[in-house]
This record gives sequence, C-alpha cells and structure tokens, in this order.
Amino acid sequence: MPADASRPGTGLFHRWEGLILILLVAVTTWASLGVDGFANSSNVSFLLLDVTEIALMALTMTLVIVAAEIDLSVASTLGLSCAVLGWLWNAGLPIEAIMPICLVAGALCGALNGYLVTRLGLPSLAVTIGTFALYRGLAYVILGDQAVADLPPAYTGLASATLGPIPVMTLLVALLAAGFTAILHFTSLGRAIVALGSNEEAAFFSGIRVKRIRFWLFVASGAMAALASLIFTFRYASARADNGSGLELAVIAAVLLGGVSIFGGRGTLPGVLMAVLLLGVVRNALILADVANEVLNFVTGLLLVASVLAPNLGAVWRRRSSPPLEGKSAS
Amino acid sequence: MADTPPVLALRGVSKSFGAVRALREVSLELAAGEAHALAGENGAGKSTLVKILSGVHRPDAGQILLDGEPVEFHGPADAQAAGVAVIYQEPTLFPDLSVAENIFMGSQPRGTLGRIDRRAMRAQAVALFDRLGVPLDPDRPARGLSIADQQLVEIAKALSRAARVLIMDEPTAALSGNEVARLFGVARSLREQGCAILFISHRLDEIFDLCRRVTTLRDGGYVASDLISAITPDDLVRRMVGRDLDALFPKQDAAFGEVALQVRRLTREGVFTDVSFEVRRGEIVALAGLVGAGRSEVARAVFGVDRWDAGSVEVAGRRLKPGSPSAAMDLGLALVPEDRRQQGLVMELSIERNIALAGLGEVRRGPLISRVAERVRAADWAQRLQLKHRSLSDAVDVLSGGNQQKVVLAKWLARKPAVLIVDEPTRGIDVGTKAEVHRLLSELAVGGIAVLMISSELPEVLGMADRVLVMHEGRLVAEIPREDATEETVMAAATGRPAGGGA
Repeated sequence: MPADASRPGTGLFHRWEGLILILLVAVTTWASLGVDGFANSSNVSFLLLDVTEIALMALTMTLVIVAAEIDLSVASTLGLSCAVLGWLWNAGLPIEAIMPICLVAGALCGALNGYLVTRLGLPSLAVTIGTFALYRGLAYVILGDQAVADLPPAYTGLASATLGPIPVMTLLVALLAAGFTAILHFTSLGRAIVALGSNEEAAFFSGIRVKRIRFWLFVASGAMAALASLIFTFRYASARADNGSGLELAVIAAVLLGGVSIFGGRGTLPGVLMAVLLLGVVRNALILADVANEVLNFVTGLLLVASVLAPNLGAVWRRRSSPPLEGKSAS
Repeated sequence: MADTPPVLALRGVSKSFGAVRALREVSLELAAGEAHALAGENGAGKSTLVKILSGVHRPDAGQILLDGEPVEFHGPADAQAAGVAVIYQEPTLFPDLSVAENIFMGSQPRGTLGRIDRRAMRAQAVALFDRLGVPLDPDRPARGLSIADQQLVEIAKALSRAARVLIMDEPTAALSGNEVARLFGVARSLREQGCAILFISHRLDEIFDLCRRVTTLRDGGYVASDLISAITPDDLVRRMVGRDLDALFPKQDAAFGEVALQVRRLTREGVFTDVSFEVRRGEIVALAGLVGAGRSEVARAVFGVDRWDAGSVEVAGRRLKPGSPSAAMDLGLALVPEDRRQQGLVMELSIERNIALAGLGEVRRGPLISRVAERVRAADWAQRLQLKHRSLSDAVDVLSGGNQQKVVLAKWLARKPAVLIVDEPTRGIDVGTKAEVHRLLSELAVGGIAVLMISSELPEVLGMADRVLVMHEGRLVAEIPREDATEETVMAAATGRPAGGGA
C-alpha cells in the first residue's frame, strides 16, 4: 500500500517495486540453491549486519533525494564521527559521553550542508562534494592514520549480537525503518517532502516551509551517518579516519535502485529497503562464490545504471508505442 | 497579385491535447505584404495556432500550405527554414551575448577555417537595424535591453534568416505607447517589403490600426475572416465573445463588511512603490494594468512569497509578518497564483493530495494523515466546484486547464480564507469554465470573503469588480469605482496616459 503513497497516476513505480521484490526473491532463491554457505543462519546474520549502516543512511538519504537534494557527504560524516569517537576515547572520556557527542557532531555536519544549501542557495551536489572532502579531511586531522581498537567489549559485543539469526542491530534498523516509512508516507511532513521535491515553487506557494524542511533533512542525514558510525566502529572494533570510505555510493545506489527518482518527488521506503537487501544479497552471494571484487563493483554499477535508465526507457517505449501523428494528418 | 497563393495557410486544422480540443477545423491565409490579425479571447486557441504555424505542435488533422503546397513541419527548425519566425511577448535572448551574437546565434557568418567572422556579423547587424530604422548598438550585451528592444533583436534575427512570415504573439502587451508606435513603424516597413505578418493583440485599436484582415477564433473554433475595413470594433467583440457579457460575468451585489485586507505604502525596491489599498469583506477589487506593471508582484509580496522593503499589510486588523506564506495563511489569506502549473499545483500528485496540500494540518488525525479526511475534503470541494474528473486519485496533469484551476481554487477555498487573492483566475481556460469561475468569485464575495482579483482581461475586470485599482510601472495610479470603470478609463490609467475620465 505505501507504494502508491508518493506516486498516484502512472503505475510504473508500483511495478518497479514489484520488480525489485521479484529480483530479490529470485536472487535469494538462486543463492540459497546454488551458492555454498549462503543459506545458513550465520551467513544470514552476517549479511544482515553487513548492510546495517547502508540501510540506516539510506533511510535519511531517501528523504533527502525525494526532496530533490542529495547528500554525498554521509560516508565522510561517518568517518569524521569515527575519528571523534577514537580521539575522545583516547583522551579518556567514557563511551557513554562520547556517543551523544558523535551524534551532535554528525548533526552539525548535516547542519553545515543544510545551511549552505538552503541559506546560500547552493546546489547540494556541489556543497556535499565539497564537504565530502572536508569532513573526511577533518577526520584525518583529528585522528591521523591511527586505529583506535581498545573499545569497550560491552558495546562491540552488542553491535554484533544476535537473537537467533537476527542481529540486534537489524532490529534497530527495522524500528527506524518503520518510523521513517511512517514519516514519508503517512504524515504531513512526508507529504510536504514529496510535494517540495516534485515542485518546490508550488509547495512554497502552499505554505510549506520548504527551506526549513530541507535544512532539517540534512541535519537528520548527518545525525544518521553518526549513528551508523557508532555501529560501524563497534562492529569492527576499530575507530579509524577512513571508516566507511565509499559507502555513500552504496547508499545512493540502493536508494535509486529502490525506485526513488533522482529528480525528486517520487520514491518509497519499502522499495529502498528491498533494494538495500538486494544489493546485500548479490554482494554476499558473489563473495561466497569467490567472484573477484572488481566484478562485484561492476555488478553493483550495472544494477544502478539499470535502475536509473529503466524508468526513462519506459517513457521512451510508451512514446514510441503511441500512434504516430502522420497517420491522422494525412487523412 | 490575386492569383498568387498565400505565403502560408492553414486549412481545416484541428488539434487536441488529451480531452481538450484546442483547435477545431481552423483555416487561415497569410498573404505577402499584408498584416493579418488573429483575434480571440484567452483560451480561444490562438497560442495553439501559433505553435502549429511555428512547428512546435503538429496538427491532428488538416494541412499547412506553404506557397500553396502542403508541407509538414516536424519541428521549429522546419518552420524556420520555411521562413516562419515568431516574435514572442517576452523574448528569450542570451543575456551575456552581444546583440549581434544573439541575432546570428546558430547562423553565424563564417570566415576562413570556419571561424566566426565578427566583422561581417557586426556589419550585417548594423544593416539589419538600418533596415528596421532603429538605432540599436550591435555590440552591447543583451542583458538590460528593454522588452521592446529585445523584440527588435528578435525581429532582426528573423530578417537575418530571410523570414517571410512574421508572427507577433501579443508583442504590445508589455510595451509603452512610444514603444508600440515604434514597433508598428517597423511592422509597416516590413509589410511594405513583402513580409506577411500575423499580429495577435487584445487591443482592438491596434488591430484596426495595423491590419488589413482579421481572423477570429472562439473556443478553439474558427468564427470568421473579415476585411478590417468591412467591420467595426463592436462586430469584432461580438465575434470573439459570441454571447452576452452578462452571462459571462454574473456579478451579484454584495454588502460590504469591515476592511479585511489593508495594504499601506507597500514598497519592494525596483518592483513596486508606495502601494496602498484596502479590500472589504464582500468586495471584489480588481488590480488592473499592463503585464509587467507589478500587479502579481504586489500579490506575491502580500502573500509572503516575496519580501517587501517598506510598508505594512494587515489582515482583519492584524499585522502580517513579511516573507512567510504560512504566516499569511494563518491570518486567513489565500493566493491562487498566476502560473497554475508551476505555482498552483504539483502536477504529478493526485487531485485529492493537491487539494490537501495547503491544509495538511487539517487532514491530520493525531500524527498521521487521514486518507479518509483527505478524500472527504477533496470530494466535497470537487462537487461544489463541479470538477470534471474520473477519480480523485488521478494526477492533476490529466485534467483540462479549467479543471486544474478548479483544483487550485478548491485547495484554497477548503481553508475557508477571509481574503482570497486570485491572479489571472481564468487565464487559458475555456469560456464555459470561465463563467463558472466568475460565478464562484461572485458567490464567495456575497458570502463575505474579500476578493482581490488580478486580471489582464478588461472585460473580466469591468464585469466582476466593485472597484478597479490600476497599476502602471510599479505604482498604483488610479482607483476607479465600478460605475466609472470603462475600457477607456482603465486603459488610459494602465498605459500612463493622462487622457480619460477620472484620472
């Protein structure tokens, strides 16, 4: 049902999410039958844990892209937050004090993005390419190339703990996913985000506080990246400045593959979550099948290109299949 | 002369957009050396006809004849190659290129090795302006040119490509009296040089001044082609409107209440200056003036879309915070904007969601949006405004222009505003829906809403308004009560002429 929440009218996007679901089921079935070591509970746990950070950041990224913006700095924000964590831990602060500081640091990173985009009117693509380098650079300034590894076992344990085959962190993801799905598809804020992403001017003329909403979306994106950084750090028991390098592409790939329009105004969170899982399953299965890393990236890239092209190909196909004008004017 | 075929002609041309039949069996003949007027109300199909002649749209049926031979324009390039050029009301030049570069964009004179021959380009530009008899500097950048000068650059561009048919789409709407005179001078000399001119204007005196023939359209259909010498302005109006004005403008008398909207000395630098007026409950006040006089800008500022630099706005005695549409809405203001597709609606969203968009807080149950409340709100207003639609969950882009406008109206009326500002409420919608919108506005006023109506259509202004405010170049220059408002008094004030009654 949420599939129609942001896109009445043409059925393409309902179909798109259906397609992702079919692909997910097909790939999972194929991997279960054909790939050794895929269908056992420890691998399922590993797979779910492995997509935790991507899934979390994809939640906020979905809202950002539906609002016709983009945040390329999420992985760098994650790295910066890791560096802050490592630095303060080395300085002897208790981890319970450090974690909120990291979240605030992430939110501040997002706030700077939001400020530059909404107050100075700069395009988010340019702004977050800049802060992508800025935040990662700052991470290295803070922590250098050291790895902080002596983190409290209570937290590193929790980060990879499981209930049966389901990791605890996956439950957290599920909880937040439910919350974000509700926000995007069932609240006036979500409706406003869809409207302003589709037609900013009309949204503004309707009394929607366009800039305020965009600003807070960037803040949420930064804070979510910091939350992901905590899980990432504890999961690998290592705080480094280069944590999560390149993760922004995986996040954006999942969001676009999930049917969110890069031009804003359309997309559903269930679609994005299925796409996160799909990419995770593909990756996991190919690794288990001993496929080289380069091929892995190639497959991810292929899926991404296909996801961006498919809706446009659909439009081209519809145009060509409509009756030509010559036939009528000749009569 | 008599047996040469017309340079460009349409024969039985029809065009539909979805369910809307924009043109039905329209014919038109443009002869060399003749200025031909195209008359009709907004929404009569003039723009569609222009777009067919210029290759933007292709007709669903009928023929385009060039020198008597059927042709097909597959795009604007084909039409240009055939010698058809269009001068729009607001030309789109490249602001950072020089006037000469703009003229020769895409067809620059080439020197050796294919480089652009700037000297030849400049010389040709000078020659073109000589031919037009206007002193424009080809080396200056296009940025900062007046609209009138920009039109001349477009005309020069058309001539540089040996245009034989010049279509002028409401070129005078944004021009001052002197500029109109200069443009007409240019048009006459082109006519004498053998160009065929298709001239579109809402101003009857201009049509009678410049043209030899006039073709009238109404509701997309062909009405008549007449020799100007054979008809009177009244005849032409009758052909355009085709019915009594009373039926089109069903204005009821309403009792005026207290002042609902009070604007004092409102100024936005460079846009409008020292604008003061008030609108009472039950009153319909029209804001008239030429395009570019600053009417829409005043409305945008009042509603908070733009900021203002000085002055104040009060709604029912409460002072409005500047620059915030949501604050304006909280005080009971509503704005039905000028550009329905860009500002009024989110075209991809459904009818019900567009109607809910200005009142998201009102369709909420707890933290979540209630689909039921949203549907009820939309269904209620769709019925009251007699919206023609299949399903409320259809995207608004499948609706006709008039029905889209009803959705915008529903969106704002559902908020139960105290003050309704409507900017060009009937632009581009069919005559039937137009009358419905007028009836609705009248009923709203009777119901105690204060209505501020911006309109470029004089009959609408004269037919609907209790009072007419006229703006000219960013200033409020006249306030004309209903009984004194005539085409002459309003136009005199709008064009800044001292002549006329009250001013």
